[in-house]
Amino acid sequence: MQIITSIKNNLSDTMVMSGRCMRHAFRSMDTLITVIATPIFIMLMFVYVFGGAIDTGSINYINFVVPGIVIMCIATGTGYSSMRLNNDMTKGIIDRFRSMPIAKSSILAAHVLTSVVFNAFSVLVVMLSALLMGFRTQTGIIEWLVVIGILLLFTLALTWISMMFGLLANSVEGAVGYSYLFLILIFLSSAFVPIKSMHGIVRTFAEYQPMTPIIESIRSLLTGVSVGNSALIATLWCSGMLVASYIAAMQIYKHKLG
Amino acid sequence: MIGTDIAISVSGIEKSYKNLKVLKKINVTVQKGSIFALLGSNGSGKTTMIKILTTLLKPDKGNAQICGFDVVRQSDQVRGKISLTGQSAAVDEILTGRENLRIIGKLRHLSDANNKTDELLEQFHLIDAADRRVATYSGGMRRKLDLAMSLIGTPSVVFLDEPTTGLDPQGRISMWEIIRDLSHSGVTVFLTTQYLDEADHLADQIAILNEGKIVAEGTAAELKKMIPHGHIELGFRDEKEVELARDLLDEYNASLDEEHQTLTIATDGSLKQMTNILNRLENGGIPVAVFSQKLPTLEDVFLTIIGKNKGKGHDA
Repeated sequence: MQIITSIKNNLSDTMVMSGRCMRHAFRSMDTLITVIATPIFIMLMFVYVFGGAIDTGSINYINFVVPGIVIMCIATGTGYSSMRLNNDMTKGIIDRFRSMPIAKSSILAAHVLTSVVFNAFSVLVVMLSALLMGFRTQTGIIEWLVVIGILLLFTLALTWISMMFGLLANSVEGAVGYSYLFLILIFLSSAFVPIKSMHGIVRTFAEYQPMTPIIESIRSLLTGVSVGNSALIATLWCSGMLVASYIAAMQIYKHKLG
Repeated sequence: MIGTDIAISVSGIEKSYKNLKVLKKINVTVQKGSIFALLGSNGSGKTTMIKILTTLLKPDKGNAQICGFDVVRQSDQVRGKISLTGQSAAVDEILTGRENLRIIGKLRHLSDANNKTDELLEQFHLIDAADRRVATYSGGMRRKLDLAMSLIGTPSVVFLDEPTTGLDPQGRISMWEIIRDLSHSGVTVFLTTQYLDEADHLADQIAILNEGKIVAEGTAAELKKMIPHGHIELGFRDEKEVELARDLLDEYNASLDEEHQTLTIATDGSLKQMTNILNRLENGGIPVAVFSQKLPTLEDVFLTIIGKNKGKGHDA
């Protein structure tokens, strides 16, 4: 009986905390603009301004660029997850929570859940805008499920990385900083231009860094091209990042909350 | 035997940060339903003490009990009995006042979190601002909401870390009223303050914390008695008489205020000494125009005790 009450309280605490966290995410104008409007704006720029000059072979440029835009949306979105957690950990509110009889895990769980839900929402909005701009797929249900799976795994991996930085950083600036690294990786991948058009060392780097297989696998699945082993490599990269950051974040969280 | 009417009992608490000893063998007992003030300047260890009692920090040595539960071994039970209002208001700016209260109510697993929220909004005069985001609240309103959030679970012991720091005089007085009402309703209040008048006005029991040690403890009246020598002030008709009086009372080290023609003399408070002084003036033919006796203030006590303590040096 006691165990059931304890599980019930634990779930209830996590739900209340998540409700709080979601309000933080969805009510922040800054977050909505940066995470959703910016990728849409970049997509507009690439599709209508630069895209014409980029040779993507038989694929329409809009169909080529959508996976990269979606990945970018998740990278900025998790940057804000990190910021929200950091805000909670460095302000007076954490002392209030810690002095209350609540499930310790609920704070972090709420941030993770909010991050996944918010990113799913922003990816959906970005996808819908892409549809309006002419994005089309010839994809079956199974391919879509695989795409959703990869995106979810990527979101989880980046979320746990963001939790790690959110816990470690002493300031919001520090907490968000890491997400720029992912933006650079995205620009140095096959997100906006085919790798073939890149030069020497940059090309080699682009081929072997994680963003390329993640983007390539999603693109292949959505455009009906053979996926090859890119989906497997993408899954391995994401799982590796997820496991490593999960272990690190949990250690830091336990240490911080004593 | 420890009675059931003790809310907080602390014995031999010590805490260091690296090599810095922040708390040195602290002993404190607080009666249920009373207001206890921990008085000290910045950096004296007040917040560290609060953090230990509210289970946020583990002491290096000693033990502390809240309502009979040990703060280290039974921290969950302690958390169920207490609430903490920290120095910086722990409110969510992006949420409304009502949402802030409801979240805490639900985290306390109250079955009537919504009713309790309305009650507290009413009680703290926040009902008109209830559905506005806290970002639009004034400093005083935030403090009130912060305190309301602490009270939603009807805690037995409330910890307030410098509850009036940064408030305007009006906000301060209304906070004092709230704290008094709390105590009347049977809640035990443990507060820290660096304002002597706050401790004097509010607290049933005061402990003065200096450099991590409790250097004096008692009621405001008891603390004031620790300095028996109050002052007497004698006023005279003109400058000539006040100077004559000073010469007559040379042995008492009277200090002269020429502008107001007054002498201030430190006394041991005894009637004999007082009579001596007045007789001497009478015999010298100098009439006393104004006479007043000044009891020591808590500030005199604070400065004297801290001054004495400094003299002893650091024995840590």
